[in-house]
Amino acid sequence: MNIVVLVKQVPDTYSERKLDASDGRLDRDATDAVLDEINERAVEAALQIKEANGGSEVTVVTMGPDRATEAIRKALSMGADKAVHLTDGALAGSDAVSTAKALAKVIGTVDGFDLVLAGNEASDGRGGATPAMVADLLGVPALTHAREITVDGSSVTVRRETDDGVTVLTAELPAVVSVGEKINEPRYPSFKGIMAAKKKPVTTLSLADAGIDAGEVGSAGALSSVTSAQPKPPKSAGEKVIDEGDGGQKIAAFLVSQKLI
Amino acid sequence: MAEVLVLVDHVEGEVKKSTFELLTAARSLGEPSAVVVGAPGTAQKLSAALAANGAEKIYVAETDRTDFLTPQVDVLAALVGSASPTAVLVSASADGKEIAGRLAVRTGSAWLNDVIGVAGGDGVSATHSVFGGAFIAEAKSNTEHPVITLRPGAVDVEATAGAGTEQQVEVPAASGRGATVQSTEPIVGGDRPELTEASVVVSGGRGVGSADDFAVVEGLADALGAAVGASRAAVDSGYYPHQFQVGQTGKTVSPQLYIALGISGAIQHRAGMQTSKTIIAVNKDAEAPIFEIADFGVVGDLFQVAPQLKEEVAKRKG
Ligand SMILES: Cc1cc2nc3c(=O)[nH]c(=O)nc-3n(C[C@H](O)[C@H](O)[C@H](O)COP(=O)(O)OP(=O)(O)OC[C@H]3O[C@@H](n4cnc5c(N)ncnc54)[C@H](O)[C@@H]3O)c2cc1C
Ligand SMILES: Nc1ncnc2c1ncn2[C@@H]1O[C@H](COP(=O)(O)O)[C@@H](O)[C@H]1O
Repeated sequence: MNIVVLVKQVPDTYSERKLDASDGRLDRDATDAVLDEINERAVEAALQIKEANGGSEVTVVTMGPDRATEAIRKALSMGADKAVHLTDGALAGSDAVSTAKALAKVIGTVDGFDLVLAGNEASDGRGGATPAMVADLLGVPALTHAREITVDGSSVTVRRETDDGVTVLTAELPAVVSVGEKINEPRYPSFKGIMAAKKKPVTTLSLADAGIDAGEVGSAGALSSVTSAQPKPPKSAGEKVIDEGDGGQKIAAFLVSQKLI
Repeated sequence: MAEVLVLVDHVEGEVKKSTFELLTAARSLGEPSAVVVGAPGTAQKLSAALAANGAEKIYVAETDRTDFLTPQVDVLAALVGSASPTAVLVSASADGKEIAGRLAVRTGSAWLNDVIGVAGGDGVSATHSVFGGAFIAEAKSNTEHPVITLRPGAVDVEATAGAGTEQQVEVPAASGRGATVQSTEPIVGGDRPELTEASVVVSGGRGVGSADDFAVVEGLADALGAAVGASRAAVDSGYYPHQFQVGQTGKTVSPQLYIALGISGAIQHRAGMQTSKTIIAVNKDAEAPIFEIADFGVVGDLFQVAPQLKEEVAKRKG
């Protein structure tokens, strides 16, 4: 099986994240960048499917600035076989629709893909629709928010879990599957894996290489624009008391003073 | 006035509250037209409630198709073509985001996702709350008929009756490239209010220590008529089910009152609750970061404090 995994580098959620006040874009220099945790789970799912299906290959695809190579290396050191990195100055400021278009083009360069795996929702934008958008563009089914994936010959079955309930979905391959937070625990890269990753092939594509029109992506192709971005003043600490056997009563008194009970 | 398409979210013959929020928001952009996609016989059960909440028109798109979410995308795409709406509004649920994203791709529309408000006038614009409320951003659509997903609970429903004129819509045949639904089990909500809609939320963290001891959290929640939430550590430890997780990878809540019991207040947890009006924290550790955003904090054992608070609340209720 030919498996493609879409991965994204995101600001580390442990550091404080900022929007640039001038253009409302994510200030990527203000924070450390990491492979999104949900994408580690997507890579893990891909590796498990590969291990169960001899002769499979896992290709990591990312669109992002130069330093996204760090995220690629992490995925390769976990065990993915090769990577394609779409990077081009003109991609800066791409919105979700143009990101999906670009990713669909890049996936098209991977010969005869059977399965595209992705995270259900990135931790930076929380868009939560890229995988479905990519599927629509590729003309293949989208099976999203997977808690469980079963690949059986030419079809895939997914147990989809969301706030609204559980849905079991099936489709013929090729298909796009996005994974949820509860699907698995991603493996740690071994020392051997880290060393091997250094020799694995990474293809870097510019927009021209991928056959993407520069007018369709980046700020030039943006279908919406941010007109202002303001930090909200953080909540400040209120009163803090040490419980001396009356902590519950003190909270109750506070709630009464605020007319909350 | 131009139409605004509102995709109706319904379950077991009832319109979800988030749809009424969409109808209210739609009114600031144009004339709300509700779009019902479902099995034959669905619209009949929903139309009275839709009209009572402001639907001028109700597009009825009934079908036996079992491909997943694709009928909604197909129907909305066709209506965008025939009705040239000012905007399309969909609820920012998992399904809604997916439908909206696919629709935006197909119709070449701006996609304004998970917004907390919309405004008309010179083009359509929307307000986003980013990074768990740490930033507020305004965005405007550069295209016709932007597709907008509205965060549930962000808009207060103002019911104003509309004409509710029904119009049948032909549902195209399935393309054969969708996923097929094998089975569905909706989440059965208990007697407690829905987490994202509740005006009071009581959450427990790893400090609760076990699934059995979550009864302390539930007890206080029930005294307050509150929903129960949990931190990811509590969920991962198996103390409470996943769908109640609050935080960056869980639900975003913004109630009048949020009570955190045995939760340290990691940045990822705060991302899901820091816009709550009033925050109360109980934690043994005086240095826990949750106290930095708590309006009132008690340094103490939650097993002492929470039951006492529950008693005080019960007393006041008489
Ligand atoms: C990508 C990513 C996404 C994440 N998403 C989320 C998310 O959506 N939601 C989320 O919550 N977390 C999330 N996390 C995890 C987050 O970083 C924290 O690990 C988690 O919030 C900690 O939960 P906790 O506060 O319950 O546990 P802890 O940090 O272990 O805190 C437990 C607290 O309980 C107190 N305590 C113990 N016993 C008692 C007692 N008897 N009485 C009073 N206090 C007591 C302790 O002093 C301590 O402060 C995410 C992490 C990552 C990396
Ligand atoms: N720039 C990108 N490069 C590669 N994959 C991406 C990119 N953006 C989004 N994705 C994929 O889509 C998933 C959901 O992202 P989002 O729709 O942004 O919440 C991510 O977890 C990735 O798998």
